[in-house]
This record gives sequence, C-alpha cells and structure tokens, in this order.
Amino acid sequence: MDLPLQGLLVLEFSQYLSGPAAGLRLADLGARVVKIEHPEKGDACRKLAIRNTWVDDSSLLFHTINRNKESFSSNLKSEEDLSTLFKLIGRADVITHNFRPGVMEKLGLGYDKVAAINPRIIYASISGYGKEGPWKNKPGQDLLIQSLSGLLFTSGDQAAGPTPFGLAIADILSGSHLVQGILAALIKRHKTGRGSLVEVSLMESVLDLQFELLTTYFASGHLPVRSALANAHPLLSAPYGIYATADGHLAIAMTPLHELAEIIACEDLLLFSNDEIFQKRDIIKEILAKYLSQQSTAFWLGKLLPNDIWCMPVLDWHQMTEEEGYRQLHMEQDIVTGSGDRIKTTRCPIRWNGRILTSAKPAPGIGEHNASIKHEFKLTSE
Amino acid sequence: MTLPLENILVIDLSQFLSGPSASLRLADLGAEVIKIEKPITGDICRELYVSDCSIDGESTIFHAINRNKKSAVYDLKNDEDLERFRNLLARADVMMHNFRPGVMTRLGLTYEHVSALNPGIVYAELSGYGQDGPWKDRPGQDLLLQAVTGVTYLTGNKNDPPTPMGVAVADILSGTQLTQGILAALFQRSMTGKGALVQLSMMETMIDFQFEVLTCFFNDGRQTQPRSENNGAHAYIAAPYGVYRTMDGYLSLAMGDIVRLGQLLQCSPLTDMSDKSKWFSERDAIKEILQAHLLTQKTAFWLEILEGADIWCSEILDYEQLRKHEGYDILKMEQEVVIGSGKALTTTRCPIRIDGELLISAKGAPSLGEHTRDIEKRFNG
Repeated sequence: MDLPLQGLLVLEFSQYLSGPAAGLRLADLGARVVKIEHPEKGDACRKLAIRNTWVDDSSLLFHTINRNKESFSSNLKSEEDLSTLFKLIGRADVITHNFRPGVMEKLGLGYDKVAAINPRIIYASISGYGKEGPWKNKPGQDLLIQSLSGLLFTSGDQAAGPTPFGLAIADILSGSHLVQGILAALIKRHKTGRGSLVEVSLMESVLDLQFELLTTYFASGHLPVRSALANAHPLLSAPYGIYATADGHLAIAMTPLHELAEIIACEDLLLFSNDEIFQKRDIIKEILAKYLSQQSTAFWLGKLLPNDIWCMPVLDWHQMTEEEGYRQLHMEQDIVTGSGDRIKTTRCPIRWNGRILTSAKPAPGIGEHNASIKHEFKLTSE
Repeated sequence: MTLPLENILVIDLSQFLSGPSASLRLADLGAEVIKIEKPITGDICRELYVSDCSIDGESTIFHAINRNKKSAVYDLKNDEDLERFRNLLARADVMMHNFRPGVMTRLGLTYEHVSALNPGIVYAELSGYGQDGPWKDRPGQDLLLQAVTGVTYLTGNKNDPPTPMGVAVADILSGTQLTQGILAALFQRSMTGKGALVQLSMMETMIDFQFEVLTCFFNDGRQTQPRSENNGAHAYIAAPYGVYRTMDGYLSLAMGDIVRLGQLLQCSPLTDMSDKSKWFSERDAIKEILQAHLLTQKTAFWLEILEGADIWCSEILDYEQLRKHEGYDILKMEQEVVIGSGKALTTTRCPIRIDGELLISAKGAPSLGEHTRDIEKRFNG
C-alpha cells in the first residue's frame, strides 16, 4: 500500500511519550523511524510501566508507543559512535529529540552542527517550557505542565479543587504539534530545498489547548468558573453536562432548555429564560439532575434521541467495546513482539484513501537494527 | 519569513470547533483558508457555541477559532451557487468538511465528485463516529464523544461521577489529527502530484488518545483500573502522582521515590515503604498519609525542600497567576488580532516555532460573507 510518508528516514532521539508519540504517527503514515538509543539503558520508557504491566525486558507502555520502529544503539558520549551517527544523520530527513535545553548542543548534536552536515534535515525538538526563562531546567513532565498552565481549573465540579486531566494530555498534544511542524517543514523543503528547525514545548501546547478559555479570559478579565455540579466545560451554560440516571449516566450537550423541558415533561425548567441559562446554570442543573435520576438511561434516550436532542449514554470500556459503534471502527490491531508475545493495541486513527493504517511491526529491542542499518547505509569505516 | 504552506488554498466547509481548529493551524502555517458559510446564519459556532463574553455580537470563542481566515457565503442547496462554488474547488489544494455522513452525497460533493473536478485535491472529512455503523447519524459533539469512549472514568477520584475533561478535547485532538493527515497528503502530493482522501472520526481520535491505557486494558485481562480513592491525577500511575492540599493551597507531585520523599518531608511512615510494587498497589493509603502530612505546612515551604532536591513537583497556577509569571511571559503566547470593525482582541498564537520564529498573524475572524465579493471576482469573475 502506498503511504504518504514512504521514503522518509526519521531518527528519533526522543524518549518517554511526547517525541515517541510523534515518531509513532510518522511511522504509521509510512516513514521509517529509527530510535537512537543508549546501548545499555535505551529509551527510559522501557523501564516505565503503568499498572505494572511488562512484556519482556520492556514495559507494555514502551511497546505501545514504539511499535513500527527500528532501533540503532549509539553511545552519544563516544566519539566513534558519534562519527558513525553523523553519517546516518547525513542520510536522514528528520531528527526528533526531547532533551532539556542545551543537552543536544553539549553532545555536539545541536541544530547548527546537524544542519551543517545535512542542510535538508528537519530538526524537531520538544522542550518542557521553551529554551529560556525560569522554568527551562524544570522537568518537562505532563502533570507539572498541567499544574502551571491553569488547566487544573477546568475539569471537575467547583468544590473539587484543582483537577488534572487523567491522561498525559501535554505529551500527546505536543507530539501532535511536532508532527504538524515536521510535515509543514517537509512541504516547505520540497519548494526551497532547505530544512528547518521546528520547536514546540509542552507548555505552549497545553496553552494552545486552552485557546478558547484563554481568549475569553483575556477579554473578560474573569477567571473561568466550573459549575457547582455536572461541570463539563466552564464556559458553557446549562444543561451541558453529565447526569446520573436511575441506572447509569447520561451526557447532554448544547440543547435549548425549553425544548428539553417539554420533551422530558420537567415543568420547573420552564421557569428559566434563555438569558439565564449561563448565570443560573447551577440551579438549572440541580433541578435537571434530580429529575433525571428517577428513570433509566434507556428511558431518557428513548425520549431525547427521536427529538434530536444532543445526548449519549456514558460508557466505560467494557460497555464501549461491546457496542457495534465501536466494533465497526476496527480500532484494534495485533502485534507479535520479537520474543513471540502477542499484544493487542490500537491503530492510527487516520484513514488513508478509504483504508485503515495498520502495521504488525513490533517495538524493537535496543540496537536490534544496528547491523542492518550499518550495512544498508555503509556506516562501517572499513 | 516564508511560511511553509504559502500558496496553499484551503476551502473549509467545516463548522464549530473540530474542523475549524484544523484550518486555523493550516492558516497559521501559511495557507489561505476560506470558510464557506451558509447564508444568514453561517457557521453554527457563530450562535450556538458561546461563552458569556462577546465581541461585536459574536462570542470570544468564535473569534479565537476563526482568526486568520476569510469568509464567503454560498448556498450549496442552490444550483447556481453550487456551480460557482465548484469553480473554487477546481483551483483548491485542500477541501475539508465535518458534516454528518450522507450530506456531501446529497450535495454532490463527495470525494469522487470533487476529485473528478480536481484530481490533485486533498479531501479531508471528519465525522463523529465514522461513515458507517449505528451511530453515524448521531451528533458528533465533544461531550458526547467523551461520554461514549470511557474517558470520563479517568479524571477525578474513584467515587466521583464520570468526569469529563473541561476543555473540548475531542474536538481539538480531532483537529490536530486531521491536520496531520492533510499535511501528510500535501507532502505526498508535492512528491507525486496525487491527491488523497483523508478521513477521521472523533471516536477514533478519542480511542487513539487513550492508546496507552486501552492497550493495558486489552492485554491485562480486560480489567478496568479504578481512579485513586483520593488525590487522583492518572488512574494508572503509582503514588505519589497527584495533587495535594497544603495549609494555604495546593501542590502537585509527579513520579517519585516514596522513601526519599518520606525522608525529605520528614514523614516517617513513608520512609519504610521500600517495596516499590506497593507504591502502586497501596497508592491510596500512601497518598492519604502524604496528604495529611502536607496539610501541616504551606505550599512554599514544601516546594523549597522538594525543588531543592530535584523532586518532580509544582505549584498550581490559575490564569491570573500564570499570566503574571515570567515563565509565561517569556513564551510570548499572546498576540493581538484586529477584526473588521477595527476592534482589537488578544488571543493565543500557534504553538509551533519554525526556524526560531513565532507564527503570528494580526488578521481577526471574518464577519459572515466578508470576502464573498473578492472571492467571486477571483474565481468567477
């Protein structure tokens, strides 16, 4: 199958999630991604497990993020290894790294040095907080970035205290932004023949995520306020939120309040005018919450869906994976690791010319592809 | 500076946030983006998705999403308008939409139709739940996608109700994925001249967003992992990972060594916890001990000890505190845009830097049909 990024060589100096997530997307879109790893330690993510799940010497987490890649081990502090690596850099289209500012420069792998060897290269970096300023040496870790960016005051009900997103949103978003920058730079290279430096930071990515809230704050001067109950988005009025029913939960999005009141026959909601749905959202939500708790989710969906009210049931993964709406997407794919273990994971979400993008290629062992890469690119000095 | 997507023409029929956030990124990277809007009401975002803060009658949200774009009004249900619109498509590089499945078939604007007109076009289509299946006609709205994909069981604490992420994360992530697909297709086109069909759904995006934890679920006996009883931040990560109350506020702690933390904070019950596997299996108890201890001093007191020892920790800022911080200032994330009426508006910029430069643009969001005449002259003149 022809993939859009076929023929591109990406060298991934990145570790953990942010940069490697970018590498995974580039790989699924057809690029050849080679992880450059320390000969003994490798990507630090190999030793980082979630829920204590391991596949072989490496965590399941590492296998999830690094499938569909190769590994070339190199001790960046050895001059010999470095000179071999420079030959490979000469043949590469893209480099990614997510070291703290100054580390690549110290290793002799800063942008100027690399661009001098290969002027066509796209050199892409992710930092925590940018290259300057008081935070530049602070660890670029997802929860810390969320904490500093104001994001902890968007989720959860007002009384809940600061509430982080329960996933590594900063890592994942900055990885996506890096991919965008790399692809745009590749398009530009085709016109100009020259490479580019592409930089993103976890902090800028999470600020960008909040662009609607921040723009509203800049204009109004008022901090966003989470609703007292059923909070789902601090800027939105009632009924927007999740409500308990007699047997589960129901999500209701933007909906004209009076229309909703009539469909579910909840007269108390008619007491509020359209001008009050933001100011009085807590009272409205309280009335609605009480009312919806009397019947089952299916009961309410039966009333609301035929009337085109924007609502859905709230599902956990057991429920979701049972749904035909999930199955027909074919989001799952199987991978067999080098040691013969079978792993089930998700695929790239993008469809290409009507087809889904899957790849059975597992995550590599440290240095697994040294010999083949050295041979192919004639990297040995003899 | 020459922007990477200069001379790329994007025809954007999408509405609301998901698609328009993708075209905003393309615009900031240098593309010319023309919003195609229906007469009278335009993009549904102009009236439906609003904050209680407006500028020139339109909400700050609309302005934030649609700056740096043009607007042309075409009634695609009117044959004459449709014919004129097709002349735009004939010369476009990208067409994108986020209508429900079937709408483009009725309008005669599917990929088959459009690529017959312009074989090199990159056609990008974003749906809520995919093009097929039982949910294809359901509204592809952010909160609803969070609701059906299990993500609401990841934020908050164990006994909290399902808790959505308080930013339109399904829309925004779908926009970033769509942008990746479009850019990959434009890259391939620059090499081969071939156009492409790029499709994505918000549902696939939200499943991808959870790829690490879902993979854990698939391979670990399909067990779900409850959120922490207390101080929750990530259901799958061991103590101390979480947010803690102090005497005068809050602080957050990322991954760290419990024993060392106990020593540094002089919290003796933690100094014996040398069995690392218990940092996960007994995280609720560890967090409770830690929480009780952290309540005895102020945030600044703890941070001085922890930061000095290179422990991964942080104070917690709201927008007001953030905006006064030098670390924020130095990023220069804010930019001013000017809208048609001459009013200025402060918003954020594109998060990507290219060749060390910020990508900024002073162009504000267009009023409905602001550029129809210019565009008609250019493509149908």
